[in-house]
Amino acid sequence: MSDPQENTHIDSVGTYVKILLALLVATGVTTAVARVDLGGFSVVVALGIASAKMVLVALFFMHIRHSTKLTRLVVLGGLLWLAILLLLTMTDFASRGILGVPGK
Amino acid sequence: MADHAPTETFALRVQFDTEAQQKDASTLGMWIFLVTEIMFFGGLFAVYTVYRSWYPDVFAIASSSLNEIIGALNTGVLLLSSFTMVMAVRASQLGQQKMIVIFLILTLLFGGIFLGVKAYEWNQKFEEHHIPGQAAFHLDGVLPEGQGHAQLFFSIYFAMTGLHALHMVIGVGILLTLIVQARKGRFSASYYTPVDVAGLYWHFVDIIWIFLFPLLYLIDRHLVK
Repeated sequence: MSDPQENTHIDSVGTYVKILLALLVATGVTTAVARVDLGGFSVVVALGIASAKMVLVALFFMHIRHSTKLTRLVVLGGLLWLAILLLLTMTDFASRGILGVPGK
Repeated sequence: MADHAPTETFALRVQFDTEAQQKDASTLGMWIFLVTEIMFFGGLFAVYTVYRSWYPDVFAIASSSLNEIIGALNTGVLLLSSFTMVMAVRASQLGQQKMIVIFLILTLLFGGIFLGVKAYEWNQKFEEHHIPGQAAFHLDGVLPEGQGHAQLFFSIYFAMTGLHALHMVIGVGILLTLIVQARKGRFSASYYTPVDVAGLYWHFVDIIWIFLFPLLYLIDRHLVK
């Protein structure tokens, strides 16, 4: 019987504390920057910071950086389907009214 | 083989060749469930995207009526609970029985605080008459013809934060079960899959909130003085 910890990567407490601090700082930054007029980039910055936080949580807290390739593929596949859901929905809603309705 | 009675343990069920294979299968299975959850919440994010793109001005005013300081602090509480959850998983990996229980209880505590604050925020909405469908619904700064669009924002707000909170309540139930099991010494360095996959669930719910917070609380706050 092999050592059960042999295949398990155990991260240090310091790593987790650093990630937590980064997440808390990012929360503060996104709250503060919302008051700044960035025009159309407000939503880009907000989603960029949120995505960065998601990557940190997934890689470190959810151990994706130690996971198998199959698990990573499933995660990326899930995000791909979410992108299809949002993008193809918006191709309809964002383009309505661009062309007139014939006969109207 | 016939003369050997199968020796089955939690860490190695008969259908698996090795403990590592069983662990990988559990992780993969949990992630596939989480992918279905991404699509579950994805529908609501799509609804949000469509209506925000149609009524950006009303959504900015409605969003600014939420208290973003409370929202940010509550986000911090939830992130703290994710930290204590991953520490519980780490304690299991090291086989530290007492630390598993302590960190699970801390996670439960932070999760409870988050839900308590959320309940307070929802109650505020009732007092401010910001409940969609209410006859007395009124959002200051929005023209009469825009009040319906403001109700749309609050419908989405309650649907998304409500579904998120429902997941938290389920998470609280899972944590309570884990605490009971951990106190009985059920988990060890060779078997802690329930703690591990519950951690994945808890972090997933955290990620949903990471997106809900800026999308609901922080829309174009500079426009509204």
